[in-house]
Amino acid sequence: MPDVATIGNFSLITALIVAILQAALPLMGASQGKSTWMSAAVRLARCQFILVVIAFLSLAYCFAANDFSVLNVAQNSNSELPLNYRLAATWGSHEGSILLWILMLAFWSAAVSIFTRHLAKEVVARVLGVMGIVSVGFLIFMLVTSNPFTRLIPAPADGNDLNALLQDPGMVVHPPMLYMGYVGFSVAFAFAVAALLGNRLDASWARWSRPWTLIAWTFLTCGIALGSYWSYYVQGWGGWWFWDPVENASFMPWLAGTALIHSLVVTEKRGAFKAWTVLLAIAAFSLSLLGTFLVRSGVLISVHAFATDPKRGIVILCFLTLIIGGSLVLYAWRARQIRSGASFDAISRESLLLSNNVLLTAAAGSVLLGTVYPLIIDALNLGKLSVGPPYFNSVFVAIMSPAMFLMGIGPIAKWRKAEIPELVIRLRWALAISILAGIFIPFAVKWKPLVTLGLTLSFWIVATICFDLVSKLKSAQTKGIVQRLRTLPRNYYGMQLAHFGVAISIVGITLVTGYESQKDLLMRVGESTGVGGYVFQFQDLSGVEGPNYDAVRAGVDVFQNGKQILRMQPEVRSYHASGNELKNAAIAGGIFRDLYVTLGEPLEEGTAWTFRIQHKPFVGWIWAGAVFMALGGALACSDRRYKPAASSAARKAA
Amino acid sequence: MKFAVPILIFVTLVIFLGFGLRRDPRLLPSPLIDRPAPAFQLMRLDEPNRPFSPTELRGTVWLLNTWASWCVSCRQEHPLLLALARSGVVPVYGLNYKDKRTDALEWLKSMGNPYILNVQDADGRVGMDYGVYGVPETYLIDKTGVIRFKQIGPLTLESIEKTILPLVRNLNS
Repeated sequence: MPDVATIGNFSLITALIVAILQAALPLMGASQGKSTWMSAAVRLARCQFILVVIAFLSLAYCFAANDFSVLNVAQNSNSELPLNYRLAATWGSHEGSILLWILMLAFWSAAVSIFTRHLAKEVVARVLGVMGIVSVGFLIFMLVTSNPFTRLIPAPADGNDLNALLQDPGMVVHPPMLYMGYVGFSVAFAFAVAALLGNRLDASWARWSRPWTLIAWTFLTCGIALGSYWSYYVQGWGGWWFWDPVENASFMPWLAGTALIHSLVVTEKRGAFKAWTVLLAIAAFSLSLLGTFLVRSGVLISVHAFATDPKRGIVILCFLTLIIGGSLVLYAWRARQIRSGASFDAISRESLLLSNNVLLTAAAGSVLLGTVYPLIIDALNLGKLSVGPPYFNSVFVAIMSPAMFLMGIGPIAKWRKAEIPELVIRLRWALAISILAGIFIPFAVKWKPLVTLGLTLSFWIVATICFDLVSKLKSAQTKGIVQRLRTLPRNYYGMQLAHFGVAISIVGITLVTGYESQKDLLMRVGESTGVGGYVFQFQDLSGVEGPNYDAVRAGVDVFQNGKQILRMQPEVRSYHASGNELKNAAIAGGIFRDLYVTLGEPLEEGTAWTFRIQHKPFVGWIWAGAVFMALGGALACSDRRYKPAASSAARKAA
Repeated sequence: MKFAVPILIFVTLVIFLGFGLRRDPRLLPSPLIDRPAPAFQLMRLDEPNRPFSPTELRGTVWLLNTWASWCVSCRQEHPLLLALARSGVVPVYGLNYKDKRTDALEWLKSMGNPYILNVQDADGRVGMDYGVYGVPETYLIDKTGVIRFKQIGPLTLESIEKTILPLVRNLNS
């Protein structure tokens, strides 16, 4: 067998050397005006990408070939594990996920090197140089503390197996999506730092960053939604969001990134908020780095229990301090010189977007505070505590409700100066419909104040989207509905689609939180129980053999109005290699409700089993909304104005 | 000045994160420390018909180690347990947690047996009484049956020499 692990290790070391060059040469070239040094950036970034891909493929090969002489493979795989999960195990461990991080960064750098040909040489050199610095940090971190190619000699006969929770199709796609988004904010960060370095913070900077930020945000949205869905169906508890530090780590950059997308619009179109937008670009990526630190250093306990090693934490913390601290010092020094652009009134699209920014930033800040609060209290010797969902839920609802309300007005208000009476007249029907719907619809089940709030906001968002679309189409100059639809730019549709997605998600969150019901009970074969208007009957019990596990499977028939509508089969799996037990819940999804049955423990010598049966109205809407948001992001990126040719034409015109 | 606010906030955060790193979030103060060890009666691993209860150990200082044959970290601490048992300073009793009896016996045969005796906690109920987060965990119990120390995760040479042995000496004198 070829020694693939050595090849991988060697290409990582070479990648580090290339990254050091990529960090140094272009930045020095840009400051001294040396053209050849600057143009090296593009080739170095692509070269680094190829080397990292080789390293990643080597690790994947070691997993596929069951090379247990590699410690990482021995700890996270097993010869019984099916091939697809052996490949997914490549990023299932700490070391592998750091390698995935680096792979994504190299991918984004290579993409920047390809799609920025129309930009000035100094800009490209600075952007790739900054990304090179980030890459150097992560490569050093990996080689020093978490090398995935570390040997285990003598090699064991078989491996420990992959964590049973990770043996799932969701695991195959969730981390790459999430990291694409997380790491994608490095591009916006690099553009911002490059602009600060070059002292050229203008509207063109915002226009270049926008498509990159939108793509990263789209991936992050998918990644978070997949993560939430994955924990919903694989953890077997039926929860879809836990405010766990690991979830917060991905949610904070998402909130900052959402604020950044909106702020970039104002900077591009109106030349306002320049300093603020730069700060948000730094913040979004800093929160990604901070998230990586929180997850990888083990300073916080989480349900996603990862291996902890203080040395890792110290290395990431130093790196974090250099990158974030350095960029914030640069910001403090250069931002003073920024002259703000056009002025605007207290009520205008600018001011509404600014309020949206403040609210989203406050939300990200309060999530950050809740996440690190236990750590701060512990550092001050005030004891051990944990901040739970009650804090996050109440703070989050309070901050996001006004943001949702503004979401309805923002797209309709005029730039520079909007008249309140005019806005009120234009939106009076949307307001009336949403308030009435919010108040009266909950009576269909049971009236609850939070349900009214959630539904009012969702209807408000949808109604304002419809009114805006209709009035825009009416005022279009062309004839025919199709022609009129075509007059509006794609990024307008992208925005409205994403806003519509937010409304859909709120409906899901509101209704499932308000009306879900569950029962924990003991059942013997033949017994039945009713939950949420359905009757569940425990029919039989059987043994099942999986590829690397044995399972007990219960057959549960579900009846509605006396008729059997479906059969559900929850399992308890016991994995051979690790001995881990996993409750594989049976989920019957639907547009208006999910039924969720978990098989628990055997009691009374196996004649009776504990069950958890849940009825979750509209839960699927949470993720459907995220799909709309992501589609909206993708649609907005595909707008003509972001095509390299179009923006270089725009540059010539300007 | 206002542009320096972000860096000041960040520096404060880094200081706290730095302090946080020096602490182990797993070091939870166990509510069981200085409380009587929960009573139980379980069957012995070697003789599944003979019960054992910790009340039989009144008057001795002893260690209760929870372990399982499927547990990887238990392999890591096993040589330390063997050395500790050989030294004879403190008797080690085992609680075999959520394990199959044949697997557990096979494991002891191949890895060596540091335990005076083992009890089987097949369904993990006793482990739950003791607040076991995950195996291995080790409890030091004094002559009156009170828990004096709890180690979460595998024993280390440091924890044995710096904490357990001095405590044992203290409790025995």
